[in-house]
Amino acid sequence: MKVRGTKLSHDEFMNKVISVDHHPEIEYAWATGIAISKFLEGLKQGKIYGAKCNDCNRVVCPPRIFCEECFSPMVEYVELPDTGVVNTFSLAYIRTDASRREKPEIPAVIDIDGTTLTPSGFLHLLDENISHDEIKVGMKVKAVWKPENERTGSITDIMYFTKMEE
Amino acid sequence: MKNRKVGIVSVGLTKFMRRAKETPKELAYYAAKTALDEAGITRRDVDAAIIGSAPDAFDGVHQKHEYLTDGAGGVNLPTMRGYVGGGTGVFSPIQGWYSIASGMHDVVLVTTEEKMSSVLPSAQAAFNTIFDNMIERPLGPNLVWIFALEMRRYMETYGIPKEHIAAVSVKNKGNALDHPSAMLGQKLTIEDVLNSEVLAEPVHLLDISPVADGAVSFVMMSEEKIKEFGISLDDVAWVEGVGWNVDTTMWTNRDLSYPKYVEKAAKQAYTMAGQKDHSPETLRKWLSFAEPYDPFNYKELHHLEGLQLFEKGKAPLAAYEGVTARDGDFPVTPSGGLLGVGNPIAAAAGMKVAEVYLQLTGKAEKRQIPKDVTRGLAQAWGDLMQVGTVIILKGGRVE
Repeated sequence: MKVRGTKLSHDEFMNKVISVDHHPEIEYAWATGIAISKFLEGLKQGKIYGAKCNDCNRVVCPPRIFCEECFSPMVEYVELPDTGVVNTFSLAYIRTDASRREKPEIPAVIDIDGTTLTPSGFLHLLDENISHDEIKVGMKVKAVWKPENERTGSITDIMYFTKMEE
Repeated sequence: MKNRKVGIVSVGLTKFMRRAKETPKELAYYAAKTALDEAGITRRDVDAAIIGSAPDAFDGVHQKHEYLTDGAGGVNLPTMRGYVGGGTGVFSPIQGWYSIASGMHDVVLVTTEEKMSSVLPSAQAAFNTIFDNMIERPLGPNLVWIFALEMRRYMETYGIPKEHIAAVSVKNKGNALDHPSAMLGQKLTIEDVLNSEVLAEPVHLLDISPVADGAVSFVMMSEEKIKEFGISLDDVAWVEGVGWNVDTTMWTNRDLSYPKYVEKAAKQAYTMAGQKDHSPETLRKWLSFAEPYDPFNYKELHHLEGLQLFEKGKAPLAAYEGVTARDGDFPVTPSGGLLGVGNPIAAAAGMKVAEVYLQLTGKAEKRQIPKDVTRGLAQAWGDLMQVGTVIILKGGRVE
């Protein structure tokens, strides 16, 4: 079988063949819905909210208005502590635009304390000043909040999570 | 009602390239036309066309399937696109299967296509829209993050050394040296992989497959039509089982060490194929080889476990010890995979299904597994690590 295709180098593409450019200018703004609005309002007040399913009895974070397993309404928001456990983490040298960093940022999944059945939580960042040798899966962490007057109701109202003293 | 028997009778592939001069439609045409020629039929014989392609965001064109319809041979036919992210390339032939098995159509042309090079400065810009728009994107994530996070959780849970995972890159990029479509066949050592640029620990550059442009097509037919066209059973691979499964996109609420959705998809496919015993030893004897999805080296291992082909946490050592080499006890990714052939998303998984077909019909040339092969599996995976698609094929003369 013959396999076809014409390879172009970056230089050929940029300088030697005809291409057509388009720079769409599009913006999106999302209403954050019932449950995530509650979550983000909570962050503004320095609180982490989860939600409880009265059918399977689990407490989940972030909150939602229905349990995707039982498909029952989750009617009860639960205020959770601003502490948790590192489920997993990375030392990331690659930025969102694929450019490189000298000093890594440390994305992590934080399982929030007080969630039940299976731990649940969300993506955030760890304190970049923790020594890399000390960061472990299972490490206990606590949220470090922006000053109250700088919070806007965003996931970034938590600046990062830092290691809790034993 | 009993499902009708469905076979793949031909495949067509383009080269996989970092940047193709051809438009997506032209790439689709190359693959589709090759598949029709290989089957010895024309577009007039085709009852329906199926198109698999990942997010429109890569191409920047609206409703990519409608744009691709001409190239995929679908004009004025019942044509449709199925889309389950990275799982698409296996899902498209599954759609072909049920279109024919149901009695709806007899001859279906399936095309999987991706052109990722059009988005600038890199495919990252489009990939980042995968993250949750309200509570993840404000953190400035990069796609590599989620794989680094999943890979770390997998390694920590089972105590897996990086060397064992790196062996997958060495194997697959080496296998790809024999694939005519491949863009990144390389002879590497484990040290090369471990010493390559760190992107997001534990992920290094040579742990990742390259973004690419390319297309792969299939012609699928009912048993009746195969007879009517006088197609030799030597050129047929029967679809014996299919399965797919989708988990929640709330990936931070899931067990990242194990792909449950792949297990569910695989068990659906095994059961449909009449294989009720899902123990790894039985399955590795029943199947001759597998083509699991390998956009990252650890994913091949993660998927082998989800597919029940190895116990949890045991696939890495098997890879390291050569069990999964092309001439090993259980060959895995003899094609060279996404890591070596390239990763034009939907077409990459299409390439895996094509490899199963080519191996079972003895047409894999230099890549042919050096033993009798009767039955093979291809699997794909995608989105926020929550989609599993599985197809099992068997040789045309295998009872």
